Amino acid sequence: MDPFQFIVERYNYWIFIVLMMIGLYTVIARGNLVKKIIGLNIFQTSVFIYYISIGKIAGGTAPIYLPGDMYRRMDHGEGHGGDGHGGDDHGGDGHGAEEVHGVEHGEEKSHGDAEALHAGDANASNALYAGGGEEAGHAPAADLHGGAANVASGEADHGGATQGGDAHGADAYGAAADFVEPIYSNPLPHVLILTAIVVGIATTAVGLALAVRIREAYGTIEEDELEDADNIAEFGVADPRERADAQSAPAGGGQAPQVSGTRGRGAKLAGDRLGERLGRGAGSENGGGAA
Amino acid sequence: MIIADQLPVLPIITPLALAPFTLLMPNGRAAHLWAMAVTGLSFLFCAMLLAQVAEVGVISYQLGDWAPPLGIEYRVDLANALVMLLISGVAALVAPFSYESIRTEIDDRQLPMFYTAFQICMLGLLGVVVTGDAFNVFVFLEISSLSTYALVALGGRLDRRALTASYNYLVMGTLGATFFVIGLGLIYQATGTLNMADIRAQLEGSPSNSMVEASFAFIVVGMGLKAAAFPMHLWMPNAYTYAPSAVSAFIAAASTKAAVYVLIRFTFTVFGTDFEFIQAMMTYILTTVALAGMFFGSLVAVFQSSVKRMLAYSSVGQIGYMLLGLSFGTEAGVQASLIHLFNHGLMKAALFMSVACVMLRLGVHDCAGFHGLTKRMPFTAAAFIFAGLSLIGVPLTVGFVSKWYLLQAAFEVGRAWAGFLIVASSLIAVVYVGRVVELILLRAPPEEGPLSADVNGEPVREAPLSMLIPMWLLVAANVYFGLRTDVTAGLAGRAASALVGGGQ
Repeated sequence: MDPFQFIVERYNYWIFIVLMMIGLYTVIARGNLVKKIIGLNIFQTSVFIYYISIGKIAGGTAPIYLPGDMYRRMDHGEGHGGDGHGGDDHGGDGHGAEEVHGVEHGEEKSHGDAEALHAGDANASNALYAGGGEEAGHAPAADLHGGAANVASGEADHGGATQGGDAHGADAYGAAADFVEPIYSNPLPHVLILTAIVVGIATTAVGLALAVRIREAYGTIEEDELEDADNIAEFGVADPRERADAQSAPAGGGQAPQVSGTRGRGAKLAGDRLGERLGRGAGSENGGGAA
Repeated sequence: MIIADQLPVLPIITPLALAPFTLLMPNGRAAHLWAMAVTGLSFLFCAMLLAQVAEVGVISYQLGDWAPPLGIEYRVDLANALVMLLISGVAALVAPFSYESIRTEIDDRQLPMFYTAFQICMLGLLGVVVTGDAFNVFVFLEISSLSTYALVALGGRLDRRALTASYNYLVMGTLGATFFVIGLGLIYQATGTLNMADIRAQLEGSPSNSMVEASFAFIVVGMGLKAAAFPMHLWMPNAYTYAPSAVSAFIAAASTKAAVYVLIRFTFTVFGTDFEFIQAMMTYILTTVALAGMFFGSLVAVFQSSVKRMLAYSSVGQIGYMLLGLSFGTEAGVQASLIHLFNHGLMKAALFMSVACVMLRLGVHDCAGFHGLTKRMPFTAAAFIFAGLSLIGVPLTVGFVSKWYLLQAAFEVGRAWAGFLIVASSLIAVVYVGRVVELILLRAPPEEGPLSADVNGEPVREAPLSMLIPMWLLVAANVYFGLRTDVTAGLAGRAASALVGGGQ
């Protein structure tokens, strides 16, 4: 296969991967805590895009009813209405629209809005079913498209047959024959991503709130300076490896030593400093992982 | 009976509905009593659920009566009922325990918020475990994680490093959760469903493809981050060390366990071990990671001066044991893994609780605070020693049961060398626990200096009863389940045969 085509055909995945890597790089490489959060956000957003792109069906529209769309479908609704509404043909889930339609249709035949609404509903339930069912992942576009087209033409035939010479029915037949039922993209990933967006916003809010608190406690949100401040509090120097040289010098740095369990008495015994330092050695890996 | 019908959802819905009211409580005491009631109710429901599952088998609960492939299903079998019992049980014990301890560590005005976050954390963890819908796992995981970040950050009043620890946890936890979501996206793309049982049905018998493989890899890495499996544990020691003591007791016992459970669930009931890549992953990667974690965690724990940090590193090692059992891929291995998951929750909660008692009286969680503890706080000291023995795996404690089944599983798959490594790493546990026990038993309490008296300058007294009772209940559970091995081992064995054999 042509490598260029290979790349272009999958452009949505490339966007996902590029954004993901930008986000991940920002999280890892940036020392500023706020920038890290923004990187995290980009990383999460890339995943949202990935989810939405897998829910996309070729030629499908967003799973939303548009007024113009309903208008277009009115013709089809009429043709379909000829067979005494036949809501069951759709295997409808018993939604209220059908009954509303039944009444209205009986009263004024030319009114197609309710029918259009019904057609839309049935379509939505089809799409939803396919989305949840097994097919969606494998070959959603082809299946759904074929299925929908069949339904449309089948109904058109039916409408034409029962309506017979009725001019109105014939019109509907003509209109429905070349009418392709709108195909909707799979709405399930959209719903999932709405949830994930809420989670992402909550995470960002908590992260930024923590950054604010860190700034209050340390006076900085740069990771290097935070690490230095912790080391100064603990060892008296910014870099524990320099400790041997600086041992004679008093702990400068202006940061009040803050030892675990303060309440004015947290002073640790000198002998335990060594262990703490070893602990720090492992702990600095920790910082390295996030840095 | 209506309660019996709705049982799977009750442990989740009770705190979900009641926790927000905690915020309205006028003072910390009221919030505390409210949290005790809510966690107690959840525990009661979880216990009833376990009894029901043990009797009638798998329960499938359809939320809102929407049928499973589309609707969300709560699917409770013995494995998740057992883990739910652990999580809610530890929560129900930490809730009464926490008041005296947390009151001295955080601002009084924050107490209602603390108890709210605490209940929400528990509900999130229970939700992760109970649900049969893969995406639901992510949502609940984030509910629990977000409240855990807040809980850890509450330690910032005593030690500002809690803030950076919480921040690092947030960054890595979110990366982990997002990796998990990517994995779910891939598996959704491959199967078109998010219901765990349905995914299994779709994958069953179908040949592997790279999408499924990538999905599994993402899920393992994501959950590994949440579970603090060895190379991904970096957030954990600081978070456990600087969090308020009661919070450490809860999250150390419960939160990583939920992630390990999800790992077990996805490996065995969602993907299934028939796939070659999963077997390869378990043999070459999980085993290595588990063994490395066992030794790394235990070795680093030996050199810690803070007892909390020592226990945190020990948790890294203990997660290694759970992953090792899982990596055998056999029924016995999963059984050992589940047993250890349950038992480790019991022992770590008891250990962190005893550190919380020392923290309450002496204001430190360093080794220095443990000098001559038997003479000053005999019950706390004894609790630490018993739970510590359990951590090592001494007979008559739950730790021994875990190690015994783990060894059996190792020999069963013909990996005697893994058995020897289990014993060897347990010997390191003897060193790090023994080091503190030596201070407790053999050193004299400091005569002078800040640690000679308690935080108010008075002679050191025993911890209050409200802390001693929950702690000793856990210690008693450590011994009880160590003697009545048939209870946990039997349940875990049935759970494992359902998980691995798929015979649900």
